[in-house]
Amino acid sequence: MIAIENLSKTYGKLTVLKDLTVHFEGGRVVSIIGPNGAGKTTMSKCILGMVLPDSGDIKFNGESVLRKYAYRSQFGYMPQIGRYPENMKIRQVIEMVRDIRKGAASIDEELIGLYGLKDMYDKRMGALSGGTKQKVSAALAFMFDPQVLILDEPTAGLDPISAEILKCKILKEKKKGKLILITSHIMSEVEEVADEVMCLMDGAVKFHETISGIKHHTNEERLSRAIAKIMNEED
Amino acid sequence: MNKLIKYVLYDIVRNKIIVAYTLFLLLLSIGLFHLGGSPDKGLLSLLNLVLLTVPLISIVFGTTHFYNSYEFMELLVSQPIKRSKIFLSEYLGVSLSLSVAFGIGVGVPVLLFAPGATGLFLLLTGIFVTFIFVALAFLASVITRDKAKGIGIALLLWFYFALIYDGLVLFVLYSFGDYPLEKATLVLTALNPVDLGRVLVLLNLDVSAMMGYTGALYKSIFGSGWGIAIAFAVMVLWVLLPLLSARRVFQKRDL
Repeated sequence: MIAIENLSKTYGKLTVLKDLTVHFEGGRVVSIIGPNGAGKTTMSKCILGMVLPDSGDIKFNGESVLRKYAYRSQFGYMPQIGRYPENMKIRQVIEMVRDIRKGAASIDEELIGLYGLKDMYDKRMGALSGGTKQKVSAALAFMFDPQVLILDEPTAGLDPISAEILKCKILKEKKKGKLILITSHIMSEVEEVADEVMCLMDGAVKFHETISGIKHHTNEERLSRAIAKIMNEED
Repeated sequence: MNKLIKYVLYDIVRNKIIVAYTLFLLLLSIGLFHLGGSPDKGLLSLLNLVLLTVPLISIVFGTTHFYNSYEFMELLVSQPIKRSKIFLSEYLGVSLSLSVAFGIGVGVPVLLFAPGATGLFLLLTGIFVTFIFVALAFLASVITRDKAKGIGIALLLWFYFALIYDGLVLFVLYSFGDYPLEKATLVLTALNPVDLGRVLVLLNLDVSAMMGYTGALYKSIFGSGWGIAIAFAVMVLWVLLPLLSARRVFQKRDL
């Protein structure tokens, strides 16, 4: 569904992505892990066209997405830290995005309902807590029934109940054949929702495998141990 | 695109600066027309003040607006919209609202106290200067991510066009006073949109007789329909050049 080919990106002298080549299929939840600054967010932003790579290509269903924009109607993005115009109300933000994506075939308001956002519709974005902003980001990402969801540390600011709601939603959407990319540092969570783990290190793929595969060849029951083992082995 | 402009305008109208700007221009114009005896004198003083304040307010407002809309643009770039569309909507939103403020603040008094061709030129010049300086403001804002730096660059640009440039021109004229400089002055004028606007209005005011040979040359060039058309074409270039280069930078930029 998404193929990244030889992607490179530098910020000044700092190389963030180094000749990254990776492939993601639909109907799967892929967890992207890696140390801070490994290029996880940069990779997601490149897929979304927010960051322009220096070289390489990104293909969505066989077509390059670089310098295009229409493909983004098939994408939902939940940023790590949602930044919104401070003096717009929740209602206005949601209505604006909906106005922009008028062509969307179906509107999914499940998360708005589950998070009780309607009761807060008249609050200004600037007055919201970090967690509530995350809920708005999540609701917007899932709203237009996209084929690909990119969630950047989705549960970082959420309370346990809201995080649980989000996990259920992720699994539900996976069954519809969507591709869901999640960056996360919480291994228990990765184990719960993901099918595959992709580990980025210094801008390149360290490993990309299914969870059962990782557990199998490290002989570990728990994913966090298994991953620690792989990291230590190759050092 | 219209949708986006709607949201940009909505955002601008809600902060009261644009209303204050309109009232400021309105008071300024009415005051000047009451002070000076003849409407021509009023227009002349108004011209000088407009050419000083409109660029300043356009460039400062444009820059701060751009930085304050960062979140808005960030939200939009992950949506299925072209980047240039986001950029142009921001630009049109800002320059249109400032132009409307100018149109009300200066246009209405001019229409009441000094209707005529000169007033019309003053209005056109003011609107062009607004569009030009908002474009320069956006160029200053895409060059750097740092808000303070961006506003600094914007203020420097204003200083340059409103004050320093005239000093440089005087210096050139003074140093090379022994040579025929008519054509050179003409080129120098075209290189500064503020001066170009000033000359356009002045030539309609019959004070050009006092401007010596250069004034006569201006009159012979800008007095004709062709000359005016060329002057406005140069103004259009002054809008497009900074605007398109700013858009280029914006499209290649990481958000």
